[in-house]
Amino acid sequence: MFRRLPEAAVGAVTIAVDGASVAARAGDTVAAALLASGIWAFRTSGVSGTARGPYCMMGVCFDCLVAIDGIGSRQACLVPVREGMRIETQRGRRAVGP
Amino acid sequence: MSGPLLEESHELAVIGAGPAGMAAALAAAELGIDTVVLDEQATPGGQIYRSVSETPLPDRAILGGAYWRGAALVEAFRAGAARYVPQATVWHLSREGEIGVSVGGSVRMLRAQRVILATGALERPFPIQGWTLPGVMTAGAAQILLKSAGMVGSGSVVLAGTGPLLWLLAAQYLRAGGTFAAILETTPRSNLAPSLRLLPSFLRSSYFWEGLDLVAEVRRRAKLIHSVIALRADGGDRLADVTYRTRGGLEVTLRADTLLLHQGVVPNVNLAIAVGCRHVWHEPQLCFVPALDTWGQSSVGKVAIAGDGAGIAGAIAAEQRGRLAALDAAHRLGRIDAATRDRMAAPHADALRQVQRGRRFLDRLFQPAKRFRLPRGETLVCRCEEVTARQIRDAAALERIGPNQLKAFLRCGMGPCQGRLCGLTVTEMLADAHGLSPDEVGYYRLRPPVKPITVGELASLPKTVSDIAAVERS
Repeated sequence: MFRRLPEAAVGAVTIAVDGASVAARAGDTVAAALLASGIWAFRTSGVSGTARGPYCMMGVCFDCLVAIDGIGSRQACLVPVREGMRIETQRGRRAVGP
Repeated sequence: MSGPLLEESHELAVIGAGPAGMAAALAAAELGIDTVVLDEQATPGGQIYRSVSETPLPDRAILGGAYWRGAALVEAFRAGAARYVPQATVWHLSREGEIGVSVGGSVRMLRAQRVILATGALERPFPIQGWTLPGVMTAGAAQILLKSAGMVGSGSVVLAGTGPLLWLLAAQYLRAGGTFAAILETTPRSNLAPSLRLLPSFLRSSYFWEGLDLVAEVRRRAKLIHSVIALRADGGDRLADVTYRTRGGLEVTLRADTLLLHQGVVPNVNLAIAVGCRHVWHEPQLCFVPALDTWGQSSVGKVAIAGDGAGIAGAIAAEQRGRLAALDAAHRLGRIDAATRDRMAAPHADALRQVQRGRRFLDRLFQPAKRFRLPRGETLVCRCEEVTARQIRDAAALERIGPNQLKAFLRCGMGPCQGRLCGLTVTEMLADAHGLSPDEVGYYRLRPPVKPITVGELASLPKTVSDIAAVERS
């Protein structure tokens, strides 16, 4: 679990995570906003299907991959939140076709 | 972002906007060199000065003076003449100075007469059982959350490992109101004796008093467990427990919501290796570093390397190395003669020597233990392709293989992180298995794209009429 310090209170940005509304602070990365809202598992791994979440927070580990506004496998730790952003957690590897 | 970056060419491209990249860009632009800075993050500062102009933590006591030192540099960089492109992921660099960069989902090719790589450091892999569980992160990740989002771990937080950053993060966390269920120190006791003979030069470093203060502050306020020799994380869909054992002690299990791991930082070498810069094993820091001259010039003509990517030396050294690389670039671009370069460089070279004093002591004291660098059993080495230590040892027992054959055998290092989280572990494991030096084993062969890009991004490259004609059927 992560909590926001009082001086870093939630701001006015609202994003949707798997359809649910999540309040974020302007300046958060997607990964920070999800962690602050209590979401740990961002995806399941492509090989064994086990849960994964952010590990490095600086763009090197690729464990925080989520779909952002319909584009899959984006690094949540590198993308700042924007009002109305749609985030989906991912299951396994990307597949071609339906 | 289509248009503004199209077919641009620059005299100098700096890759990375941490202390080395910012200082290099400032120095180059001051000499009238047309400079572009490409950085993957949304704001300048690198990881050390992450969010220094917009952090939600205004109380300077929390993050400390070494962090706030970066504010002036970032301010100067923002006001400087270099063209700064944030959120720009460089995925290709050629020996000729062609740079493939992805910005906002579209791809552009730039050209530069000279390139300074300032890609900084990343945390050394810390492969323990359960290190892929959600809830297990690096100490650096926690520090980034603190600096950029004003967040601290709540519930039961365990910090484990070794290295100067471990103590810094611990102090910052405690000052911010965070707590630790325990700090599990993995620094081997056997490091002490060999590091003591290196102590005299460290006594004259400014890091000496800073370091002593940090350690004392953390010791007063947190529960420290020394000489940890075994560590694992357990849980289902997320971390539940951390289990450790100390030398001569019994196994202890702590309930944990967050486990923060750290055993030092190593150069982020992917781009430098991919462009062909020669690297050599640096035994005191247990990592590959590029072979460079005093200006940071690499074995590839157009490419220099500055900052922690050139070998770990810290933020102040990174700044000086950035300036030296920029002065040499100015010389090679014909802006200043060698005598002017040398005269301008002298104070920076002096400052660099001073700040590097005593580094060997830190390297030796905090050298991570073999048992945490050479994992065994079912511990995952390659997180992306989920390759275990046992699989690697079994493959190595069959024949004398190198890291690149291991890719073919096990897909090890072939996932999206491209070996960043397993490369050093694999080199050291193979060296151990075959009785070779890490230099003899070598590292993964890396090729562009050094960060994954989509086919759609590639297809967004601007095409000329002749490009289209070359592939179109008439």
